[in-house]
Amino acid sequence: MTKTIMIVDDSLSMRQVLGKVLTDAGFQVTEAVDGSDAVKKLTSAPDLLITDLNMPNMDGIQLIEKVRAMPSCKQIPLLMLTTESDATKKQAGRAAGATGWLVKPFQPEQLLATVRKVIR
Amino acid sequence: MSFSNFAASFLQEAEELLRQIEGAALELEANPEDLDHVGKLFRAFHTIKGSGAMFGFNAVVSFTHHVETALDHVREGRVAPSSALVSLVLASKDHIQALLALDGEPSAEMADVGNAIAQRLEALFHPNASNRPRATPSAAAPALPAALPEPGAAVQRYRVFFQLDPSVLGVGIDPGCMLRELRDLGPCTFHSGVENPPPPSEMGPDFSLRWELTLATDKPAAAIRDVFIFVEDVAQIRIDPEPTAPAAPLAPSPIINIVGAPIPASAATAPALRPPQPAPKPAAAKPPPDAAPKPAGGDAAAAPAPSAGKPGSAQKKASQQATVRVPSERLDQLVNLVGELVINQSRLTQAFALEATGDMAGAVEAMDRLIAELRDSVLGIRMMPIGSTFSRFQRLARDLSAELGKEVDFVTEGADTELDKTVIDQLGDPLVHLIRNSLDHGLELPAERIEKGKAGRGRLSLSAAHEGAHVVITIRDDGRGINRTALRAKAESKGLISPDVHLTEQQTLDLVFLPGLSTARAVTNISGRGVGLDVVKRTIDDLRGSISLSSVAGEGTTTRLTLPLTLAIVDGLLVEVDGDRFIIPMASVLENVELSRADRQAKNGRNLINVRGELVPYVRLRELFDTRGPELPFEKIVIVAFNGQRLGLVVDHVLGSHQTVIQSLGRFYRNVGLFSGTTIMGDGRVAIIIDLAGIVRHVERAVARGSAPAEHHGPLARPAALAATP
Repeated sequence: MTKTIMIVDDSLSMRQVLGKVLTDAGFQVTEAVDGSDAVKKLTSAPDLLITDLNMPNMDGIQLIEKVRAMPSCKQIPLLMLTTESDATKKQAGRAAGATGWLVKPFQPEQLLATVRKVIR
Repeated sequence: MSFSNFAASFLQEAEELLRQIEGAALELEANPEDLDHVGKLFRAFHTIKGSGAMFGFNAVVSFTHHVETALDHVREGRVAPSSALVSLVLASKDHIQALLALDGEPSAEMADVGNAIAQRLEALFHPNASNRPRATPSAAAPALPAALPEPGAAVQRYRVFFQLDPSVLGVGIDPGCMLRELRDLGPCTFHSGVENPPPPSEMGPDFSLRWELTLATDKPAAAIRDVFIFVEDVAQIRIDPEPTAPAAPLAPSPIINIVGAPIPASAATAPALRPPQPAPKPAAAKPPPDAAPKPAGGDAAAAPAPSAGKPGSAQKKASQQATVRVPSERLDQLVNLVGELVINQSRLTQAFALEATGDMAGAVEAMDRLIAELRDSVLGIRMMPIGSTFSRFQRLARDLSAELGKEVDFVTEGADTELDKTVIDQLGDPLVHLIRNSLDHGLELPAERIEKGKAGRGRLSLSAAHEGAHVVITIRDDGRGINRTALRAKAESKGLISPDVHLTEQQTLDLVFLPGLSTARAVTNISGRGVGLDVVKRTIDDLRGSISLSSVAGEGTTTRLTLPLTLAIVDGLLVEVDGDRFIIPMASVLENVELSRADRQAKNGRNLINVRGELVPYVRLRELFDTRGPELPFEKIVIVAFNGQRLGLVVDHVLGSHQTVIQSLGRFYRNVGLFSGTTIMGDGRVAIIIDLAGIVRHVERAVARGSAPAEHHGPLARPAALAATP
């Protein structure tokens, strides 16, 4: 069965590249522009959620907390996109329930390798 | 595969972000206590940095990092926002823009600019430079150590032991994935633990999260460690190379990367001391003594995360509209197609009217309505709020007034007024000119203002509003106004007008639109090069708009630009000259009067007609177009307003009003200054759209050559005098 991945990022170009790489790898991709948009669109649990951290309206950490609190999403993997200056954010993300992280910038291969780490 | 194909979309996005940065910076300056703007700035720079790194804009990334760091300090409340900060943010924005525009590496000069900004930013929050700033991240640093096989590396056997804290199941870690990843590295022999664990949701509370296996791989040990990167702090992990001689006992090795409580040595080493043996039954693995949640891991998972945003702001813009970005050429193409469709529809309607059959009536009518709707919505797509350009002027006003030592409140109104994108794009430069003029020539220095009893701070307002089928943009300042006497003297001294010409107040004011006239005392780098308002006027004319000026000495100047909503469609008056059809833009048409041949000849070729007591000059299109057909005894004069004056165009017949989709002239006809475009009529004939500005220009030249009568009042009089200058 095709695995679905939700991408949450306020940057259109990031959503585009993530979407392209993941779609090409055979995943079904849905997009959200920020945390609150993602919460709205999470009617059914995806197999993986990848979120940026710095976003308007609802940031990545808040989103991770919200998603973890949803009964259907309790155990889905959540990856966060960080930059190196976000070391503390990484900790906060983990505390909120993130599964792992991906440090920007990354190459398509790194993205796929990381995704494969958390989806069967 | 790489991301560089997406660089164009990043550039587009960055441009938008930079615009947002400018807007937010200016808003921050106006409301320094509103830290929302700082957050906005931070996010925008952050996105530029994060995405820029993805697309290889390394110079941008390393520079943006400094700005981001500075803004982080402000966001955290360690430094208060100041206008110095705003200036630096704006300078940073400019610098990033310049870096993005580069094709390749920045020059040393540009790097210096960047370093200077970075240093000044640092000085803001480290006045003594005592604290080192965070290291600039290397853009090329890979996120994860790449698990590349070493060429020719021999297969090495590793003894891998890991035990996960049960809390990992709550954060979406699937041990099955980790095992699969290990198997991807090479064949695994399991010594303990379930080889194919069920998904976490099906693992019971007693499920053993402890595995021990031997992995044979040609990859380095780092690749194995990578498998556990997300669980390093919530698991015990040991990876030991197995000596090639299998019998050798394993030496206890340190446990890597344990962030939690130290594990009792006995528990940690116990499994490793057992020699490799067939995996015991999964059920036999009883929970090891340290399987209970470790304090660190457990706490971390349960601790509430600090929230970065305010909860209230979360919903504020939740209903932001989704948008799609489309290159404007595609829209242009769509508009053209719809134009053709509209034309064909009117042909269809006409053909149908000739041989109406009952069945088709409904369909043709419905088609008519649908196409009209389609046309309106397609043209609507091109409409953009003018506000997108306003922020640019805000910046301009701020920088200029600082440079000139003037104080000004720049106020904008009607930012959501919509205009065709093409019009907005071409409007930028004229508006820049007008704002510069107001700031440089119009507004006085604070001292001078106070002396005159005005507030020290000047006021410059830029507003946009709909007025019928037009958008009116008004630029108003409360400066010294235009000195008509000085203006006239200047025009005379430059030989632009002769001293004996009588001009009304308005006509005197309109002298500013003459080429080669500038009343600024000195040529500054801001304005006063004498290329200004005439260029503005030309641009506005080209947009089929008009410009008007009013000024009260000592109180200020107001400039009004009237622009059509769109360039794609023109409301016109369809006229006929010697069997050919022409369209006169309806916005300019005032009235139609009749001209008899007798009347015309009685005036002895002076080309003037008395319209209710006022003499109006006219141009005979027959003469202008040099037509040969027989003249009619009665011709029609369409009186149009041009530059606030009246001018008559003599035609054979006035056929009626006509809304038409403009088709641009082909390349061969670009130089014909008299027409602005063409349109195809319902019957398939072509009608040419008359360019009033072009006609007036043409007649001016003709008058200057002396081929026209000398006696004039009205619009043609002034140009006649003007054209005398080289």
